[in-house]
Amino acid sequence: MSSDSIFVHKMWNDCELSKMVQEGIPFPMLSDAGGRVGKVYGVYDDDAGVETRGRFLIDPDGVIQGYEVLTPAVGRNVDETLREIQAFQLVRESKGTQATPSGWRPGKKTLRPGPELVGNVWKEWKTEMAFD
Amino acid sequence: MAEELKVGCARPTGGPVGETATEKTVETERAEKEVVSMIQVGRKAPDFTAPAYLKGDFINVKLSDYLGKWVVLCFYPGDFTFV
Repeated sequence: MSSDSIFVHKMWNDCELSKMVQEGIPFPMLSDAGGRVGKVYGVYDDDAGVETRGRFLIDPDGVIQGYEVLTPAVGRNVDETLREIQAFQLVRESKGTQATPSGWRPGKKTLRPGPELVGNVWKEWKTEMAFD
Repeated sequence: MAEELKVGCARPTGGPVGETATEKTVETERAEKEVVSMIQVGRKAPDFTAPAYLKGDFINVKLSDYLGKWVVLCFYPGDFTFV
């Protein structure tokens, strides 16, 4: 979503993005004239008249599970977005009985929060597990 | 899910759902600037409608139509920006 019109979205897709992504962008390119939606989400820069790089993860109940906002010159990390979605999906499927510690990736160890874990995380989780 | 959009010469617009158009005065503009963002993790994502371009078609998208699915909503400064 940006404050560009859908006409400009079409031109960007057809002239440039379709040369990077075969068959063009597969998801809706949303237009937010005047940044009205961006203001509600707290990502519209009034002075510059543009949206900043906000990324929101919204679960199947319509609840925001996470967000990240960057200034324009730094791009996002799509792998991190996918990792977060996988983590939120795991937690949701476990109905909150499991939690994903720092550095978790699919296949890595999860934690089961409860009285026994208090003060014992050091036995279950090592600092190097925070890194790939 | 998404309805097709009939496009005339005007630039199609959307906006937050449930917001009514009011005439702007100096006071309301000042109040608008003081509005604190409604965003917080664990809270509902504010609903909105927005015109969109999708694979050759112009459509109208409503966030709440995606209930039941995971949604990644990305804002960016503008088309043809670089990163």
